[in-house]
Amino acid sequence: MDRDCTTELAGQARDATARSAPLRIVGGDTKGFLGRPVAGEPLEVASHRGVLRHDPAELVITARAGTPLAEIEACLAAHGQRLAFEPPHFGVGATLGGTVACGLAGPARAWSGPLRDYVLGVRLLTGDGRVLRFGGEVMKNVAGYDVSRLLAGSFGVLGVLLDVSLKVLPRPPGERTLALELDESAALDRLADLARGALPLSAGSWADGRLFLRFDGSEATLDDVTRRVGGEVLAGSNGFWASLREQTHPFFAGSAALWRCTVPSQAPPLPLGSAPLVEWNGLQRWYRCDAAAPVFAVAAAAGGHATLFRHAPPGAEVFAALDAPLLRLHRQLKHVFDPAAILNPGHMYAEL
Amino acid sequence: MTPDPALVRELRAALGDEAVLLSPEACAPFECDALTAHRRRPEVVVLPRSAEQVMEILRACRRHSTPVVARGAGTGLSGGALPVEGGVLLVLARLDRILEVDPMRRLARVQPGVTNLEISIAATPHGLYYAPDPSSQVACTIGGNVAENSGGVHCLKHGLTTHNLLELRVATIEGEWLTLGSPTGEAPGLPLIALLTGSEGMLGVVVEVTVRLKPSPERVELLMAAFDDVRRCADAVGRIIASGIVPAGLEMMDAPAIRAAEAFARCGYPPTAEALLLCELDGLAHDVESELRAAESLLLACGATAVRVAADAAERLRMWSGRKSAFPAVGRLAPDYFCMDGTIPRRSLADVLEGIARLSREAKLPVANVFHAGDGNLHPLILFDAGRPGEVERADRLGAEILELCVAAGGTVTGEHGVGVEKLGPMCSQFGPDELEAFHAVKRAFDPEGLLNPGKAVPTLARCADYGAMRVHGGKLPFSHLPRF
Repeated sequence: MDRDCTTELAGQARDATARSAPLRIVGGDTKGFLGRPVAGEPLEVASHRGVLRHDPAELVITARAGTPLAEIEACLAAHGQRLAFEPPHFGVGATLGGTVACGLAGPARAWSGPLRDYVLGVRLLTGDGRVLRFGGEVMKNVAGYDVSRLLAGSFGVLGVLLDVSLKVLPRPPGERTLALELDESAALDRLADLARGALPLSAGSWADGRLFLRFDGSEATLDDVTRRVGGEVLAGSNGFWASLREQTHPFFAGSAALWRCTVPSQAPPLPLGSAPLVEWNGLQRWYRCDAAAPVFAVAAAAGGHATLFRHAPPGAEVFAALDAPLLRLHRQLKHVFDPAAILNPGHMYAEL
Repeated sequence: MTPDPALVRELRAALGDEAVLLSPEACAPFECDALTAHRRRPEVVVLPRSAEQVMEILRACRRHSTPVVARGAGTGLSGGALPVEGGVLLVLARLDRILEVDPMRRLARVQPGVTNLEISIAATPHGLYYAPDPSSQVACTIGGNVAENSGGVHCLKHGLTTHNLLELRVATIEGEWLTLGSPTGEAPGLPLIALLTGSEGMLGVVVEVTVRLKPSPERVELLMAAFDDVRRCADAVGRIIASGIVPAGLEMMDAPAIRAAEAFARCGYPPTAEALLLCELDGLAHDVESELRAAESLLLACGATAVRVAADAAERLRMWSGRKSAFPAVGRLAPDYFCMDGTIPRRSLADVLEGIARLSREAKLPVANVFHAGDGNLHPLILFDAGRPGEVERADRLGAEILELCVAAGGTVTGEHGVGVEKLGPMCSQFGPDELEAFHAVKRAFDPEGLLNPGKAVPTLARCADYGAMRVHGGKLPFSHLPRF
């Protein structure tokens, strides 16, 4: 069922540009809740699928954008490798293209860096049907502007990802999660202390009055870490971290607005009137509060920004506002790649 | 060309007379960067001391439609800071303050003229360091590192400049301020910080840089493995990485480079080896210990004739000294040399090295290889004598052929040195007209009049037609049968 649909997709884009008809880019349709809603004809990318190259010694995988994320992960796992940014799926059909376009990372983000850090190259379909290649399959490449990393988290507003090359890493020899009973302030302090040291902290989260710390390394290292950090070894920790990554943890249940705040990791608890679920060593904090709450302002005052991640009411802004020069540059860049502005119009910002 | 007197008046009013250089003697030191084959004395050099002064310079240049070339310490290897005719050379070296080192957030906020090494020195008391370490780190500035997306020997594990930046403050030629990224590493909108990084001063001028700091590793070990065959050494590189070890550094040298480095630095390299691998491991003590044992037996299994582990920090530094002085050491072998910078997939290392040896024989010019094997980033050094008729041209042609070999292997014409003026031609073999046109359009989005470092980094289609590597009128690209992804 691997198929190269470049020609069909390019034809659809050219046709839509000719008609100035907006397109809504769809992969596995698992993250449609995220971003401002797009009114447009669906452009289905899921059939454009298949792993193109994976040589374990290169630490690179190249696949078509419609390839299921699960297939990519299975292919890597068979060789003891993984996507170090631990992307969420948010559903069984999640695709590589949707993952890169949304730019999301899981619990390992604070240690491993954002998804963008792993993008090496792309083949991109522009709004008017051009097929362009940027970057490549090598670790170091400074030829031409770095357009491929610009596409990480671009929500399809610049182009349709056709193929993506990602850097991959070996799985660590072992993982262990320690749980400690602490309140939010004490947990944030502890996380800040740990993040400053050299311990291999691959994830740090606070939920329900407990601090969860995941470490990577050999058995000897993990025993050493356990002695130094203390706390209780959490059984079934994979399930716990998956429940954060996939938002199946009870914190995420219900239909109240879900806000994502990214703030400096040592920022004190935010004055939002409810207890958050804290991830990424304090850097990412989830809140359930009213969609009309001043969360954008509170996050900005704490030195970060907010996103209305799920359950946004109709017409609400989802992403923090950009200042005028920056927004104008966004529009000019969109014009370079999507001159008729047909790709996911308004998905990030009304003006984009 | 005499500089526009009205522009000079405005620059002097903004900066003071002392910070505006006009005399040929004062401007002469700025005529080239480390690519000394290309020189052009600037007519005006400005030396601002603050971000606000940088903005005033850009606004004045825009009012007078005058090109501006930004320059850090001038250590660039591709002519990115080569002055342009009728332009202003904007030297950022005086913006040299470290504004903040925050061990809690593990970041440093610095001005662009701070040197790469100064950041690590300022972070050391907190047990932290700045990871990217280009070989010029004593002198090169962080602003220049951002412009070139500089690498170094530790990129495979610790990343390039782009992986270690959190926020950039940028002055645009349109006279506006941009803040890209954020101290948390997450920011709304498109990740323009990635686009600016490595843009060679063509999109904006960086006036403040916030970098991520890393904890200094608990333990560092260095292995040296000698081989009597280049192919066996190249294969060992892939085997180490496929085994699940990600070395902090994995450097390879061939016979001419080994002998030159040993003669120069007396660093204890086996003089009869055909290839040498330096493998550095870092991390927690237990992990490094087990990786060290695994790497040692793997290297022997790959046919290494000798494997040596540095006994202490002093020996480790001595073993590194040969690698780090390899360029000047090889430079003693001939009056002139060109340093190439192609990157290839690691699986092609042995084939491409054989290809380079063949091209070297055909061109009758020796080539020494010293390179970042872990990244597949080659630095073939082409030795020649500019005094001999025709030799510069032959060396130039050999360089272009080597880069085309890299592109054909699925690689790139520049891994870390940038395009500048040096690789405008080879860019035509890596990109097609549609990509090149998109790059020009990206530049116009930031700089509609084309005033920032014009003529660098992205060749015009006309130039590519001249270069002969690309027929722009519906013809096929070279190597069109190969995937060029």
